[in-house]
Amino acid sequence: MIATTRRVLSCAVLAAFALPGIVGTAHGATLDDVRAADELKCGINTGLAGFANTDDAGNWVGFDVDYCKALAAAVLGDASKIQYVSLTGKNRFPALQAGEIEVLARNTTWTFSRDVDLGLTFVGVNYYDGQGFLGPKSLGVSSATELDGASVCIQTGTTTELNLADFFRTHNMAYEPVPIETNSEARAAYEADRCDVYTSDASGLAATKATFDNPDDHMVLPEIISKEPLGPVVRQGDDQWADITRWVLNALISAEELGVTQANVEALAQDGGSDNPEVQRLLGSEGSMGAMLGLDADWAARAIMAVGNYSEIFARHLGPDTRLGLERGLNALYSAGGILYSPPFR
Amino acid sequence: MFFRDQGEMLPERPAPITEVGIVGWLRINLFSSYGNTALTLVSAALLALIVPPFVAWGLIDAQFSGDTGAVCSGVGACWAWLDQRLGQFFYGFYPADAHWRVNVTALLLVPALLYVLVDNLPGAKFGRWFSYVYPLLAAYLLVGGFGLEVISTDKFGGFMLNMVVGLTGIVLSLPVGILLALGRQSRLPVIRLLSITFIEAVRGVPLITLLFVAIVLLQLFLPPEVSLDQLLRVIIMVTLFASAYMAEVVRGGLQAIPKGQIEGAQAVGLGYWQTMRLIVLPQALRISIPGIVNTFIGLFKDTTLVIIIGLFDLLGHARLLQTNPDWIGDVDHEAYLFSAAVFFVICFLMSRYSVSLEKQLSQDRH
Repeated sequence: MIATTRRVLSCAVLAAFALPGIVGTAHGATLDDVRAADELKCGINTGLAGFANTDDAGNWVGFDVDYCKALAAAVLGDASKIQYVSLTGKNRFPALQAGEIEVLARNTTWTFSRDVDLGLTFVGVNYYDGQGFLGPKSLGVSSATELDGASVCIQTGTTTELNLADFFRTHNMAYEPVPIETNSEARAAYEADRCDVYTSDASGLAATKATFDNPDDHMVLPEIISKEPLGPVVRQGDDQWADITRWVLNALISAEELGVTQANVEALAQDGGSDNPEVQRLLGSEGSMGAMLGLDADWAARAIMAVGNYSEIFARHLGPDTRLGLERGLNALYSAGGILYSPPFR
Repeated sequence: MFFRDQGEMLPERPAPITEVGIVGWLRINLFSSYGNTALTLVSAALLALIVPPFVAWGLIDAQFSGDTGAVCSGVGACWAWLDQRLGQFFYGFYPADAHWRVNVTALLLVPALLYVLVDNLPGAKFGRWFSYVYPLLAAYLLVGGFGLEVISTDKFGGFMLNMVVGLTGIVLSLPVGILLALGRQSRLPVIRLLSITFIEAVRGVPLITLLFVAIVLLQLFLPPEVSLDQLLRVIIMVTLFASAYMAEVVRGGLQAIPKGQIEGAQAVGLGYWQTMRLIVLPQALRISIPGIVNTFIGLFKDTTLVIIIGLFDLLGHARLLQTNPDWIGDVDHEAYLFSAAVFFVICFLMSRYSVSLEKQLSQDRH
C-alpha cells in the first residue's frame, strides 16, 4: 500500500514537473504581483528546528523565516506582510512552479538539475551544509567507509537520498535504506534502532545529536559525502524578482561584513551616519541602488532593521546560544575562515 | 421424577455466594472455564506489567510546568508544553482574539448535533431547523464577513481544522454516497456508468494523491487569477473520497432488501423516489449503519493527511512542537500520545453512538 502510494505520488510529482512546460510560465512581473497583493507568499519548511518553526504564540520563526521577513520588509516595507506556505520536500517545487508562492526559502539544495532542468533560479546560498552520518558509538564504526551492509534512515524526496546511493556505489558497498518522511520521524526511528545510522545534513545531525538523552553515546562520522548549499529559490524568467531576492540576501551578508546591525542601522542610515561609502550605498544614503532594483532607497536598511544582519540571524536561530548549538563553520564570513561572501555593493 | 413428600416448602435461601455479588460476577465473567481463567490471568499479568510503569511515566514522574524541554528529566513524561501550546493544538494559527468564535461554533455544535442524532428532545421542531442552518452559521462565525472580521482559511489549524474538514466531509458524503449508490443500481445506463466510473476511479486512488492533485495540479490547470481556497479544495476532495466508499457501503444495504419489497411498492403505485425514500432506504440504511459509521471514523482520521499539503491539523501542530528547538527530543511520545487521546475520544463517541442507534432501531423492528 505504501509503495503504491509512493509510486502514484511520484507520478503526480513528475506530472507536476512536466506541466509548467505545457502551461507556460506566464508569470511576468512578480514584484507587481507581490505589491498588488500587499503580501509576500513565502514557501517554508513544515517544521525544521532552527530553520522554520512556530513559537509558543503560533508565529513562524527561524533562519529561513527571517529571510522571508527581510524580503517582505525590503519589498513591502513591512516584515509581517507574509503569507507562509508550508511545503514538504515533495511539493515545494510544484508549488513554486504553480505560482502558489513567490519565493521558496526552505533549506533547498542548489543543484544543477534543479537550477537548469526544473526551470528554477537559485539566487544564492544562505547556508552551506553537507551530508553526514550519525551513528551510535556502540556500532564500532569510525568511518563511513566501514558501513557496508548497514541500514540507513533517510528522508525521502531529498538530495540526500541520491547522495547516499552515489556514496555507497562509489565505495562498492551495500546498504539497506529505511525511508522516512520527516526529520522527527527519522529521529524516532533512529532512537528505536530501526536503522544503524541516520544520514542527513550535518547541521541537522549535530542538532539531532544535541537533543538525545545521552549525546555522548552517538557520533557524527567524519566523512561529509556531499556539498549542500542551501538557498532561496525563485521561478525562472523574472530577472528583476531574482535580482531583488538575490540582493536582499547579499545585503544581509554585506551588513555583517560592514558591521551594520539591527541596533545601529537606523543611525548609520541617516545622512552622515556613516563615513564608509559602501555602507552609504547599501543603506541608500548615497547612490540609487534601490531604484535600480525597482525598490526605494531604504530597502536594505528596512531588511536589516527587521531581522538584523546574517550573524544576528544565525545566532538567534542556530548559533551556540540556541539549543541547536551550531558553529558558524563554513558559514563564517570569508574573512573569518568561512566561505560566506557577498559581491560588493557598487 | 422427584417429589418432596412432606407438604411444606423449604424456606427461601439466598443465592449461593458463587453466583451473586462480586464473586459471582467474577466467576461468570472471568473464570467461567479453564480457558477463560487462563486468559484472565494472562491479561491481568500484562496489565500489571504495563499500567504501573505507564502511570509512573505519564503522571507521577512527569513534568507539568516549565518553559522549555530542558526542564524535563527524561525519566517521566514531559507535559510542560501543554500550558503554552494547548491553544495551538486546538485553534492552530487562528488569531487569539477571535478564539471566542471557534468556541461559540463548538458550543452551538452540541445542540445542532443532538437535534439530529437524538429523537424526542424538547423543541425538536425548532431544533431540527437549527441543525439545518448550523453549517451556514458555523461558516459565518469561522470565516467572518458581514460585520465580523474576515479570517482567511489558511489560519485554520489544530483540532479545529480536523473538526471542520471531518464534519463537513461527514455531512456531505452521506447524501452524495446515497445518490451514487442509487446511481450505480440505476436502470439508466448513463447515470449507472458515471456512478461506477466515479466510484471506481476515486476508490482506486489514495487520498493523499487526490489531495496532492487538489493542491498542486489544479492550480496549473486553472488560470493564475482563479484561485480556489485551499481549505475548500481539501474539503471537496475528502468529501468525494468518502462518498465513493459510502456509496459502496450503502449499496451493500440496498442489495439486502428483497426485490419483492420494491415490486410491492410499485404495486401500490409508488414512484421511484417514493419507493426509495419510504420503503428501501430506511431499511437499507439501517443495515448499513456499522459500515457508515466505519467510513465516518475513517474519514475523520484521514483529516490528518492535510499535513502533506502544508495545513497544520492537530497532528501537524504535534509535529511542529516536536521540531521546535525548545522542545526537540523531549516530547516525541507525549505530543503523539496527546493527539491520539483526542482522536480516540471523538472516534469512540462515534462508535458508541452507532451501537446505541443500532439497538434503538432493532427495538423498533419488534
